[in-house]
Amino acid sequence: MTTLIIIVLVIIAVVVLALVAIYNSLVKRRNQVDNSWSQIDVQLRRRHDLIPNLVEAVKDYMEFEQETLTRVTEARAAAISAEDRGPEAQARAENMLSDALKSLFAVAENYPDLKANQNVMSLQEELTATENKISFARQFYNDSVLTYNNRIQTVPSNIVAGLFNFTTRQYFEAPETAREVPKVDLR
Amino acid sequence: MYEQIARNRRLSWLLMGVVVALFALVGYVFGLAWTGEQYGGLGLLGVFGVVAIAWSIIGYYTGDKMVLAVSGAHQVTHAEEPRLYNVVEEMTIAAGLGQPPAVYVVEDPALNAFATGRDPAHSAVAVTRGLLERLDREELQGVVAHEMSHIRNYDIRFATLVGILVGVIALVADFFLRSTFFGMGRRRGGDSGGGSAPIVLVALVLAIVAPLAAAAVQFAISRRREYLADASGVELTRNPLGLARALHEIAADPRQLGAANRATAHLYIENPLRRRRASGPLFATHPPVEERIAVLLQMAHAGPEALVSRESGGAAEGETSPGGGAP
Repeated sequence: MTTLIIIVLVIIAVVVLALVAIYNSLVKRRNQVDNSWSQIDVQLRRRHDLIPNLVEAVKDYMEFEQETLTRVTEARAAAISAEDRGPEAQARAENMLSDALKSLFAVAENYPDLKANQNVMSLQEELTATENKISFARQFYNDSVLTYNNRIQTVPSNIVAGLFNFTTRQYFEAPETAREVPKVDLR
Repeated sequence: MYEQIARNRRLSWLLMGVVVALFALVGYVFGLAWTGEQYGGLGLLGVFGVVAIAWSIIGYYTGDKMVLAVSGAHQVTHAEEPRLYNVVEEMTIAAGLGQPPAVYVVEDPALNAFATGRDPAHSAVAVTRGLLERLDREELQGVVAHEMSHIRNYDIRFATLVGILVGVIALVADFFLRSTFFGMGRRRGGDSGGGSAPIVLVALVLAIVAPLAAAAVQFAISRRREYLADASGVELTRNPLGLARALHEIAADPRQLGAANRATAHLYIENPLRRRRASGPLFATHPPVEERIAVLLQMAHAGPEALVSRESGGAAEGETSPGGGAP
């Protein structure tokens, strides 16, 4: 009789410990997702802050490219206003901003004076770096979301996730250009 | 990756333990050889043991500073080296590490880079001036990602300790090797006490074996780590060609890095001493660079011609010096 009670108690203890361990690892994963999201956020804001400086610096050189400049300014405004509308909407707005910046730098190639300007060069370096940081932060965020969502949807952690209301997270979608198949040289 | 971290932590402790034990043993033998008495042996055992423990602790906490100082690296700010600094920050984000490592530059035209420190929060990345000038952004990214992998999986702790502790073993052994010859001559002139000749022989053998064994350990461990860091570096950049081209460029450069030595060579991304001595596979600190490049090309599903196509592909980078591109 007592051995039976002991066995039952041991089983309960093991189950409780397992639940605690799973719960803790889920919380850890969720915190990592949140933290990596804030990392993207930091870099997006940094880009928003850099753009007015860039527009200001290139304005005088590129008076014939008003359209390109306006597109960048508008895309920036749209991206800022999309900040509270969830990863999907935000990603779309930010990707449009990336495209607008890309075409600005492409047009800038035609202005040798502009390319020689020290201020513009360092702004371009900062924007390139911020662009990279955004995509690396996105990469890390998406990896975190993948592991977190896997945990939530697979046995046995899905049981704990259901009990404590852990919900899957959205990916931050990469822009169209990044989804292109990498160039393969067939020789 | 977690196993890798745990393994490096364990190995670091093991290394410190082995070094302390080895030092104590060497101290005992030398003490015995010198005084010819048991007490002399035990006395030196104690002294050597304490010194080794102190040195391990110092090495653990300040090893990175020593390595950086010995290598002639100086810290740079974002304003001084924006591109390098930004690339380091980019890779920190890709690796999901909290704060970026300190950024150092070695003013040397040779092409090389290394990382050191005891954990990601206390770490540093150093690259040579030559590397900064010759590599484009993608290549630099590959190199920094490789170093970031060493930082992330605590290779830096173990590798730095190996450098500090093994370096000093070689140093101490060299010292005693010399002083034993010196002492023998003196004793022969002074008194006639002969009997310690075999012990002197043992001391001699130890003095030769200690650095050799230490060096063999150092070399055996670091080769697999380079492949691993290449692979996990690519996991960060998702661009095997960047690192492949960087390694190709580094391997093609004939210049010798001035400040590298036997105690720090294994820290670098590619063996900085390669032309100083012809070393067999047992003593190689790095796998052959051709094999590393081949593995990276395989990851990219590309052929060797991908190594030279950057002039046509990377025009937008703008920063590469036009003068010295010929491999």
